[in-house]
Amino acid sequence: MSGLLETRRLTRQFGGLRAIGDLSLSVNRGEILGVIGPNGAGKTTLFNLLTGIYPPSSGEILFEGLPIAGLRPSEIARRGVARTFQNIRLFRQLTVLENVRIAYDSQIVCSPPDALLSTPHARLREKESINASMELLELFELGSLAENRAGDLSYGAQRRLEIVRALALDPKLLLLDEPAAGMNPSEAMQLTDFLRWVHGKFSLTIVLIEHHMQMVMALSDRIEVLDFGVRIAGGKPDEVKGNPRVIEAYLGTEGELP
Amino acid sequence: MMDGIKKHLIPLSLLLLGLVVAAVLPATGLVNDYLQFVLISVAINAILCVSLNLVNGWMGEFSVGHAGFMALGAYASAILTVKLFPTAPAALLFPAAVLIGGCTAGLAGIPVGILSFKTRGDYLAIITLAFLMIVKSGLENIPYTGGPRGMLGIPRLTTLAWAYFWCVVAFWVIRNLVYSKYGRGIAAIREDEIAAEAMGVNTRTAKLVAFVTSSFFAGVAGALFAHQLQFINPSSFDILKSTEILVMVYLGGVASLGGSLLGAGAVTILTQSLQPLGTWRMVVLPAILVVLMLYRPSGIMGYRDWAWLKPFFSPAPRSNKKKETEKREGPQ
Ligand SMILES: Nc1ncnc2c1ncn2[C@@H]1O[C@H](COP(=O)(O)OP(=O)(O)OP(=O)(O)O)[C@@H](O)[C@H]1O
Ligand SMILES: [Mg+2]
Repeated sequence: MSGLLETRRLTRQFGGLRAIGDLSLSVNRGEILGVIGPNGAGKTTLFNLLTGIYPPSSGEILFEGLPIAGLRPSEIARRGVARTFQNIRLFRQLTVLENVRIAYDSQIVCSPPDALLSTPHARLREKESINASMELLELFELGSLAENRAGDLSYGAQRRLEIVRALALDPKLLLLDEPAAGMNPSEAMQLTDFLRWVHGKFSLTIVLIEHHMQMVMALSDRIEVLDFGVRIAGGKPDEVKGNPRVIEAYLGTEGELP
Repeated sequence: MMDGIKKHLIPLSLLLLGLVVAAVLPATGLVNDYLQFVLISVAINAILCVSLNLVNGWMGEFSVGHAGFMALGAYASAILTVKLFPTAPAALLFPAAVLIGGCTAGLAGIPVGILSFKTRGDYLAIITLAFLMIVKSGLENIPYTGGPRGMLGIPRLTTLAWAYFWCVVAFWVIRNLVYSKYGRGIAAIREDEIAAEAMGVNTRTAKLVAFVTSSFFAGVAGALFAHQLQFINPSSFDILKSTEILVMVYLGGVASLGGSLLGAGAVTILTQSLQPLGTWRMVVLPAILVVLMLYRPSGIMGYRDWAWLKPFFSPAPRSNKKKETEKREGPQ
């Protein structure tokens, strides 16, 4: 068992509110880790800490054994942590292709003078990035929509594009924040198969935040349960399902657990 | 490779032809001095417009300090041609003066760019306003460049050919930038700065590149402006000058090379034809800005461009691009 990502006593305060408290968890290479918990449990905050959008109040984050807390989000992304957002954050005015290229650009080496003067080196890199990004889009059957504005896509296609854009970073770890939000059960089942395919195809490690219990149970190798920023349970899907503390946390709020 | 050269041959020869025309036209006597003055003004304004568009259009900020960068370029170049090397041969001196004007302004773009790391939107707009005031009051208090009276007797070195040349350079460089990874990063900042960072865009580098490039060309335009009018003073570069450039950007179209050309042409002709109005002129441009902001904030060509202004390697529109709806969902 080798840890790809590890947090040690990770804490984040918002004023008096402790959104994440003393959280120590690890993500193994190649697994799909489900993260569940009632609304406001701190799941999204955890992602924001892992991707550097917020600095932790205290505690450590290790990615491939190296501390990443305090690095800029772009640097963390370049090291191989990609994510999607709970409320889709595409570059709406830009085309589908441009959305993917922006993520792919982090793999391109091209200095500002090269770019400003459009040197042969810069032009070669441009062609490369177009081809690679198109290839990725074709793979996800979004190729025919490449020149459409991202904001004009259907909801489902936008969700999918956000995942493709994250994959264009060539990540080792993919963080998905409620990818099935707003989907009906049959769409969620399709997404389940889709994510399983992505996980294998790109040899990824995935952390999945999701409220659709069926989906989390079906996909996850392990599940961690958060409530009020602390870990209240964790383990194999079946163990978590029957855990009284988990049921209580959910029944206390919305009772969504099947 | 051969193919690439062939593709570039037509636009290159057209640009060269333009340069030859710009160089020969004044000598033929076909255009009078006034028309020549207007044409040079269009070129200078186009440089100002496309460079401000980089920050206000592509990056989506609202800088009102462009006249400040222009002032720095104008003064730096005029110091060179008037004070330091008044006897140097113009053919060498002028290109150097314009370049140094651009570099001076570009350097001043660095601190403003750094301030944009922390603040954006309204607050950044206020910072650029403060920058403009610092530059203007600074110049008013420097006796070496004539204080509030400014500098006189600047040689008239801005020919139609030079104005045309620098205009082409500005559009070429900014086009290169906009269609590069930095340009896409700049647009990503406009769309969603947090998502941009999360997708690996170093937003600090992108902002610095945008501000330095933008202010460099404002400085170039300032240098050309000084050597066209032969006279500059601090109040040539006040908030009204910035407003004029803002109108060009928001009239022609944000984040658009073609729009920058259109906006510069339209506003130059407008200000020229408004000359008879005297000081009432000062009311018209700000009023246009208000109307634009209310009814068409992205301008005529907002976020679009003519195909011939785009680089050749940008992906050709696909033939089957017509709305292919969601029938075939990805690998399920
Ligand atoms: N930027 C912020 N400033 C202040 N409080 C915040 C901020 N971000 C999150 N919080 C608070 O932290 C707590 C955890 O929020 P978070 O968004 O992480 O929950 P979540 O588990 O993702 O919930 P949901 O299931 O509704 O998405 C909430 O009480 C929230 O109000
Ligand atoms: Mg959340």
